[in-house]
Amino acid sequence: MSTRELTFAQAIREALDEELARDPNLFILGEDVGAWGGVFRCTEGLYEKYGPDRVIDTPLSEEGFVGLAVGAAMTGMHPVPEIMFGDFITLAMDQIVNQAAKMRYMTGGQVKVPITFRATMGAGRSSGAQHSQSWHAWFAHVPGLKVVVPSTPYDAKGLLKTALREPNPVVFFEDKVMYAKIKGPVPEEEYTIPFGKADIKREGSDITLVALSRMVHPTLAAAEMLAKEGISAEVIDPRTLTPLDEETLIQSVCKTGGAVIVDEGYNRFGVTAELAAVIAYGAFDYLDAPVERLGAMDVPIPFSPPLEFTTIPDEQKIVERVHKVLEGRRR
Amino acid sequence: MERLSQIAEVVVDRDTMIEMYHRMLLARAFEETVFDVYRRGWMPGLAHLADGQEAVPVGVCMALRPDDTITSTHRGHGHIIGKGGQVEPMMAEVMGKATGYCRGKGGEMHIADVKLGILGANGIVGGGIGIAAGSAFTAKREGKGRVSVAFFGDGAINQGIWYETANMAVLWKLPLIYVCENNQYTEYTNYRKLQAGEGLVARAEAMGMPGLEVDGNDVLAVYSATLEMVERARRGEGPSMLVCHTFRYGGHHVGDPGTKYRTKEEIEEWKAKDPIVRFEKVLVERGVLSPGDIEEMHSKVEKRLAAAVEAGRNAPYPDVSEVTEHVYA
Repeated sequence: MSTRELTFAQAIREALDEELARDPNLFILGEDVGAWGGVFRCTEGLYEKYGPDRVIDTPLSEEGFVGLAVGAAMTGMHPVPEIMFGDFITLAMDQIVNQAAKMRYMTGGQVKVPITFRATMGAGRSSGAQHSQSWHAWFAHVPGLKVVVPSTPYDAKGLLKTALREPNPVVFFEDKVMYAKIKGPVPEEEYTIPFGKADIKREGSDITLVALSRMVHPTLAAAEMLAKEGISAEVIDPRTLTPLDEETLIQSVCKTGGAVIVDEGYNRFGVTAELAAVIAYGAFDYLDAPVERLGAMDVPIPFSPPLEFTTIPDEQKIVERVHKVLEGRRR
Repeated sequence: MERLSQIAEVVVDRDTMIEMYHRMLLARAFEETVFDVYRRGWMPGLAHLADGQEAVPVGVCMALRPDDTITSTHRGHGHIIGKGGQVEPMMAEVMGKATGYCRGKGGEMHIADVKLGILGANGIVGGGIGIAAGSAFTAKREGKGRVSVAFFGDGAINQGIWYETANMAVLWKLPLIYVCENNQYTEYTNYRKLQAGEGLVARAEAMGMPGLEVDGNDVLAVYSATLEMVERARRGEGPSMLVCHTFRYGGHHVGDPGTKYRTKEEIEEWKAKDPIVRFEKVLVERGVLSPGDIEEMHSKVEKRLAAAVEAGRNAPYPDVSEVTEHVYA
């Protein structure tokens, strides 16, 4: 297989392009996604290629265009609404949670609701408290939705193509810090990645580090730092929260005896809490120390860089947590 | 705030008038029967009844084609019947039985029959409006002249989703008909206390679409106005809004007698304008039905509802194993 290096945004764009070509019922809608090419360049060139009826510029009306997407999905289309900043998804919550997620169930299976909501997440750009949040945990709490949180261009493309073929509503979170900064190999040939399969990003034997979305990258950097200390860390990326590959997480912790979970969402009642519960229950007899949870600090995300970076996990904080777990093991 | 539009009544053939009347009778009898079922403790939860409002759903839906879609509200039984829904699976759904339209998963507020173009009643006020806009979007793309109707009440017109979809529907000329059923009370509060401006036609016009305002207890007026809007939408000229003034006889739900915030006089005044009694007069005057025919239709509908209740009571509840079905496709 021949591969080339693509940025995260290019990988997303390629998945959209290929699926628009494959499925005539697929259409993209959102704010500035058309002629402008998307504020994060994920739809660049698609408007020119597929026209204004398939790559649709909407008014700034998140509830309205997401609501319209639900009805279009129920009547045979596959809409792909883009929520430019994931923070704005709050404006469309009724449509996603009360309408899209439950229509199939409430009608006793009469309808399918194939929608792929693309939304951004991630802090670190001094964008302030309303343009930096990571709300993936909210949607993982809602039955009827699937939630995807890719960390690499390869995963992003393969998982997005799967989402675009799903008969269910999927909330697909893209960390905006990765769009231009993260590059990686992507095959020329077509491929998809199934939901519910975690990926072991680095094998190790002393501790399990679970990380998702952009947090995979500082976690891999931390694993490298730990290797220099003689600590072998395994890094696992669940890639999808719903469905969740519990088995791979549990098996890894059975092998290593300890875990640190790293996420950019808030700690309290968040992904780190759920994954810690999964591990504590599934690998209870193998744990040598409590599972450590490293999420975002439970404060609104501040603007000033020294404050902002204090709130989100980084390599150093991850290494510190690993030391804490390993010290706990020695006690 | 009520300024009725001048609408020429269309010529309606005999069979259509009889079917209109039949569906109005079914809609009334369904509500009265559900109230009885509730009082006897034969259904779980509450029900939101629309007796008194029958001319709106029937007048609108009789102007639609089978492939046109509707979205409905928490007070949606009449819309389902208007679009051709069957009272037997409706009653079973109200009772939470496996033979219900949604296998007991929806309940009285969420009845849907997608094959009939009924994309569901909705428990969120204004919740069906986005879905209706989406169905209109699909319809436009299909290019077969299909239209989409969003039923909602005087409460939903104050929800943001109306404005957001109205803006897009006008911009994109979607074949969407907004039908505002003003039953005078937003839950427990008179709509006049909650609605600013010069009425809803003015709001529609401000968004760039035409609006018509009709006596919602006159089924032929509702039907005639709807036809005009439907034809406009089928021609590709975009959305419009129909405002129908009507009244619900009961309270917000079956547990509310509806008498604390409404006077006896107001209720009596509206009952004197009963849509079914008025239509009966028209039918007799025009020689469509005789008083004997009317009596016979009444009794047939009553028998059908009684049988629906009996069947619903005898039907099994869904097996508990079904609880995890239909979460995902």
